[in-house]
Amino acid sequence: MDPSTIVPFIKSTKNLFETMLQMPVEMGEPSIKPASAPSFDVSGIIGFAGDYEGSVVLSFPAATAVRVASVFTGADVATGSDDLTDAVGELVNMIAGGAKAQFSGRKISISCPSVVVGENHVVHGRKDFACVQIPCVCDCGEFAIELAIRPARAPAPAAAAPAVANA
Amino acid sequence: MKILLIDDSKTMRNIQKGILTQMGHSPIEEAVDGLDAMSKVGSFCPELILVDWNMPNMDGLTFVKQYRAKGHRTPIIMVTTEAEKSRVIEAIKAGVNNYVVKPFTPDILSQRIEETLARVAQAA
Repeated sequence: MDPSTIVPFIKSTKNLFETMLQMPVEMGEPSIKPASAPSFDVSGIIGFAGDYEGSVVLSFPAATAVRVASVFTGADVATGSDDLTDAVGELVNMIAGGAKAQFSGRKISISCPSVVVGENHVVHGRKDFACVQIPCVCDCGEFAIELAIRPARAPAPAAAAPAVANA
Repeated sequence: MKILLIDDSKTMRNIQKGILTQMGHSPIEEAVDGLDAMSKVGSFCPELILVDWNMPNMDGLTFVKQYRAKGHRTPIIMVTTEAEKSRVIEAIKAGVNNYVVKPFTPDILSQRIEETLARVAQAA
């Protein structure tokens, strides 16, 4: 994947955490994620369509998701609650929106977020897209951004979130 | 001041509600999308509206257009992840009075609200 496609998501994630959680994020080295490899326990997913297509996944271990959501909302958030999934959905929405704005001059639309909860779930993007995983760590714990995005090669379909299966 | 918050995310509504409450504003009514908001504006009669852009059922831009088409002049602030200049212009043309890009700090939101209300008061 072209680094110019990855950088907007890194910048957007750092900006989100610094602005709304007052928390810096350290990013590790991006690497290719095998198609069948599971994500963490709670994943927010957004589809991209238009001049760039694919999906972005923000995935947390359960305990990290609870801590991040609690800091984000300013209230205690329970494991498995609607408040947890809503918060994770809004976080991935802001990451996707912030990244989208950095693809200047490109027409891109993003879907409403979906959130998947469950151990060892696998997010299956399009088979012809490479998925790049960016490991992240903040004061609440580790998490990851998974990007399966590339410039559109043909007229793009409407933005849609990818399929999810349990591993 | 009566404020209507329109956002499909309960988390985002709660964050904004907390900031508005700290600013001393009440009552605050909530709507989960544009359609829900359209059903509430008649009885609630808001004096300020904060609206998200991307929502299911009816998005924020459609809400603003329909609301303005009915002749309502209540100030509207769009609070959204849509940060491109072309989108801001589109929203302003539709009748939005001010614009806040997510993510935002409490200071930014408070500042935009005060700025918007001051402009409206000056124009009146």
